Amino acid sequence: MRNMTLKTLMSHTLRIAWKDLTELFRNRLGLVLLIVMPLFMMVMVGFIYPTNGTVSNLQVGLVNEDSGFYNSTLPSQTFIVGLQAINNQTHMLVISNVSTVADIKDMVQRGDLEGGIVIPSNFSESMMTGQQGTLIIVSDESNPQISATIQAALRGVFDAMGTVIAQQKVAPLNATNTLAVVKPFNVQTQGVVSGNPSYFDFIAPGIMAMTVMMSVMTGLPVAISQEKEIGTMDGMMVAPINRLSIILGKTLGQTARGLLQGLIIFLLAVGLFGVAIQGSILLVFGLLLLGVFAFVGLGIVITSFTKDQETAQMMMMTLMFPMMFLSGVFFPIQQMPWYMQAISKVLPLTYASQALRKVMVLGAGIPQISTELIVLIVFGAVMIAIAVPVFRRMMTR
Amino acid sequence: MATESIIEVKNLTKMFGKFTAVDDIAFDVKKGEIFGLLGPNGAGKSTTLRVLSTLARPTRGTATIGGYDIVEEDNSVRKLIGIVSEKMIMYNRLTAKENLWFFGSLFNLPKDVLTKRVDELLELVQLTQWKNAQVGTFSTGMRQRMNVVRALLNLPQVLFLDEPTLGLDPQSSVEIREFIKKLNRENGTTIIITTHMMVDADLLCNRIAIVDHGKIVAMDTSANLKKIISGADTAIIKLNIPNLSSVLVEKLQALKCADAVTQESETELRLLVHGDEAFDNIIDAVRANDGKISSMENLQPTLEDVFLHITGHQVRDTADQKIPLEHRRFGQGPRRIR
Repeated sequence: MRNMTLKTLMSHTLRIAWKDLTELFRNRLGLVLLIVMPLFMMVMVGFIYPTNGTVSNLQVGLVNEDSGFYNSTLPSQTFIVGLQAINNQTHMLVISNVSTVADIKDMVQRGDLEGGIVIPSNFSESMMTGQQGTLIIVSDESNPQISATIQAALRGVFDAMGTVIAQQKVAPLNATNTLAVVKPFNVQTQGVVSGNPSYFDFIAPGIMAMTVMMSVMTGLPVAISQEKEIGTMDGMMVAPINRLSIILGKTLGQTARGLLQGLIIFLLAVGLFGVAIQGSILLVFGLLLLGVFAFVGLGIVITSFTKDQETAQMMMMTLMFPMMFLSGVFFPIQQMPWYMQAISKVLPLTYASQALRKVMVLGAGIPQISTELIVLIVFGAVMIAIAVPVFRRMMTR
Repeated sequence: MATESIIEVKNLTKMFGKFTAVDDIAFDVKKGEIFGLLGPNGAGKSTTLRVLSTLARPTRGTATIGGYDIVEEDNSVRKLIGIVSEKMIMYNRLTAKENLWFFGSLFNLPKDVLTKRVDELLELVQLTQWKNAQVGTFSTGMRQRMNVVRALLNLPQVLFLDEPTLGLDPQSSVEIREFIKKLNRENGTTIIITTHMMVDADLLCNRIAIVDHGKIVAMDTSANLKKIISGADTAIIKLNIPNLSSVLVEKLQALKCADAVTQESETELRLLVHGDEAFDNIIDAVRANDGKISSMENLQPTLEDVFLHITGHQVRDTADQKIPLEHRRFGQGPRRIR
């Protein structure tokens, strides 16, 4: 008898899910948007986010005020030749000669330049009298990101040139390795996994987690309130079925939609943006399902509180934005002020995207993401425990 | 002729917050009856229907359908009933056949039975040739036919219809009425119908409950309800006055013997009057204001008059009736002054 009940419950659940998916697949425009939306998100965020490696052709002005030392400007000339030689390899800068510092400032203000290099008048003198040669970087404070990039790039160039000069100077010491004398430390960076992950590797897992979880958390209230509004909910409610199968069927439909969208993002990330998946793909989708579980309860609670579709939509926007920005989907949590980090730590999406990122980018297995798994399971269980009585009450008004 | 009650409503009350939508109503419906709940919008008809069809829970009291309690044994009740809601219960992106199949599958019918029934029902309302078209492409009449047969998938013993002819053109209304009658005649289906349309109630229902402000104010057959007026020293007369003026209408409305004066067209007045001298008083009033009566008719009372007589206000309170522009100066529509 109990077995029969379960079987009918499942059968009704599947019917309702099938009905929802049939409706979804008949909605051509909706289907197109289902693919376009994550694509937009990937492209926008992925290409706009600045990374040091990809910066090139920054417009930089060069002012040579060097007055020379006993008619010799050798040090500044060497510097310029060296700078150009290095830049010819990296194409980081586009160097144009400018006559005065004031001109640089003017051109930065007009937006013609993004920064400048100034060789002061005593440059050769200092260098040739055994003192430090000073170089000045003029930066554009209105754009901190670019300013920082130029500074870092130029420091790198200056550092490399300084090393070469130092090596020449210590040559008479007859050391076997002059580089070891001037630069005793050789710093190398090694990632946890091989390869060179881009920003896409960082955001793809986050966007996947977000899309799939949003589908149950916000798709469910919208789908159910829509049926209430057009009246079709009554058609199901007046049938002798377990009320649970309505919410289960709807959840199943929304989950399938979410996973489909997740799969689209996954394929786009791998195929179009060259994201390498280090961990198990099975675990990736397992995690997405766990994320759905974690959010179903919350979705049902929201459903119970939203009377019409408009409210549901607004609720969705209100919840989506903080979630999007505070869960470390687009920006690293470490960048945020402490209070935002605190909020971030209570959002389940943070854990879902973190776990997914560990698996996809770092190739982590279940033991490495056990904390995240526990948080998601506990959160899901607690929300469902709250949701079931709330939902019962809503259905029997 | 079966006379046992299939629906028994006992002191049913439904409140939304502090608002009492259904106020302590009680009635029985006999098996095979067509029972009408007649009243203006907001009288509590639809709420009564929703409570009886297990879509809403009563605040107090209860009801049984086929012997099952609507609260305690709701799933047993659901197997016996079908509901045609004011809203169309169907998915626009599914075909006619898929819609029926989906709702039917929720009743645990064997596959072959359901397949056969879906085909039969589509045939019944002449939608067989459109069975594979999405219902979003259907006309209003077709959709309403779909809406009705959707409620018949479980071959219900009791069918609830909430304003089934609302928004339909006259021809579709006739079709739906004929269909309901046929269903009642051939299958013995008990039918509960809510309406604010006098025609529906008059043409369809064996018995009518007049509902106002959540209460049943009268309940009988249409003929018996009308007798309330005939027996109450009240008459309905229709006057045709070619030179009808608004001054005259106001004078007539001021008469003590006139309970209601409704202007029906540019020259026609409909009056609900009482008392022995009503006719004389009215004719005197018309003459005194230089009115010329071209014809005068003694009309049979309608349910509208009954409703007015009992409740003191008219049923047609909302926008279901189109009022010619030139009459709007009299107010929001045909109105009554006392």
